[in-house]
Amino acid sequence: MADTQFEPKLVGFLCRWCSYTGADLAGTSRKEYPPNLTPLRVMCSGRVDPTFVLHALAQGADGVLIAGCHPGDCHYKEGNYKAMRRYRMLLELLDTFGIERDRVRLEWISASEGDLFAETVADLTDKVRQLGPLNWSANWEENGERSEALQAIVLEHERAMEVVR
Amino acid sequence: MNPSNAGGAAPAANGKGKLAMYWAASCGGCEIAVLALNEKILDVAAAFDIVFWPVVIDAKVRDVEAMEDGAIDVCLFNGSIRTSEQEHMAHLLRRKSKVLVAFGSCACEGCIPGLANLSNREEVFQTVYHDTPSTENPQGQRPQRETPVPEGTLHLPVFYDSVHTLEQMVPVDYFLPGCPPEAERIWDAVTAILENKLPEPGSVIGADTSVCDECKRKRSEKRIKQFKRTWQVWPDEETCLLEQGILCCGISTRAGCGARCPEVNSPCIGCYGPNNGVRDCGARLMSAVASVIDSNDPEEVDRIIHQGIPDPVGSFYRFSLAASALRRRKLEKRETATEQHPGETDR
Repeated sequence: MADTQFEPKLVGFLCRWCSYTGADLAGTSRKEYPPNLTPLRVMCSGRVDPTFVLHALAQGADGVLIAGCHPGDCHYKEGNYKAMRRYRMLLELLDTFGIERDRVRLEWISASEGDLFAETVADLTDKVRQLGPLNWSANWEENGERSEALQAIVLEHERAMEVVR
Repeated sequence: MNPSNAGGAAPAANGKGKLAMYWAASCGGCEIAVLALNEKILDVAAAFDIVFWPVVIDAKVRDVEAMEDGAIDVCLFNGSIRTSEQEHMAHLLRRKSKVLVAFGSCACEGCIPGLANLSNREEVFQTVYHDTPSTENPQGQRPQRETPVPEGTLHLPVFYDSVHTLEQMVPVDYFLPGCPPEAERIWDAVTAILENKLPEPGSVIGADTSVCDECKRKRSEKRIKQFKRTWQVWPDEETCLLEQGILCCGISTRAGCGARCPEVNSPCIGCYGPNNGVRDCGARLMSAVASVIDSNDPEEVDRIIHQGIPDPVGSFYRFSLAASALRRRKLEKRETATEQHPGETDR
């Protein structure tokens, strides 16, 4: 899988105080890392409702990064702890849904850790690339049999009602 | 056969509206909930002619098919969509109805049948026709799509891999949540229809607060060291159940029931579905519950979750899995389309 051309789409929820600044630092330090991650700035990793992650995955993302301040460093004291607790619960949920845990990652990245940000994105991109596309919406498309079956019902009823076409 | 004997296309000579009710993948509780209107059911009968309601009157699908489009004023559609026949009925009733109401939790968000989205068709059939202890099926028979008989061929609908909500199949005008909807809320909806005071199309007919707002228990700060199952404790009758470590879904569930379960010392299980503004009921509940776990150590958090919430999806998405962001468990792709009738060869 790794040497095919699949380029994963990744969404990153980055805390405004640490990780987004860390991402900035990676840029200003001219660190090279894969361009697969779309960063979204949030005020705090504690703002990341699991809904965001699930919607990202349902709507076409292959992986998600949540990044915030190191424990003890949260600008709002304990937002990152809440993020951690939600993340642990989210992982349990992902298991049941059949989504690999490696697709969703929580990382503490401070404003001075541009290197760590670049490494994290590179590593996540690599892992998700190996897992392959998620393509989640295909899970609820019923196969071609659906339209065929619907058509069959209409025709059958018309025959039963002796409708002439 | 004469299709025009249903009276569907005939104008309403008596000035009454035309009412239909239909039942797809559901338990039948919604039909009974309508009877819970008690004597007010007579008011409904006075205002509407019932033109199609399979459990109540003897009208056939062909009667509906013979109606003009839009001939039904209000259709209460309960049940989720699990088979092609149910989807056909959803399309048909949408076309024939001016106002289509998703009635009850199954139609709104999949409800208990939606939990089958943690399986697929093959697994459902395997359980139902083979694995349950009460099943005796020595020849391994399963439903067949087509069965030849002397008179012709009999057809069964396609059983889908996923349970779908009504809105995932056809446009829906109003939603009346609840498993089943409470009689008072049904009456609110009927009154709104009769008095032509319906809200914006696409909206939920009901409250826009949460069950916690209706719950009389005392609330303070929530910090949970241990989740407890209902059979493990006799909860204190005054304090918020969630604060006692019992997983209560009231915080993310729409009001409308009068908080009946917490009132009798039983946690809310979320049957009224997500409150306004909540896109994924289970994720929102999970978010709230996880954030009040009283530990900053990931390993301890894991332990608390494992011990107290053995089935997170079943606990958080009990009624809303089919309507959630992910909708279902990952579906393993079938090799070929012909595998669609498993068991055909092993008869």
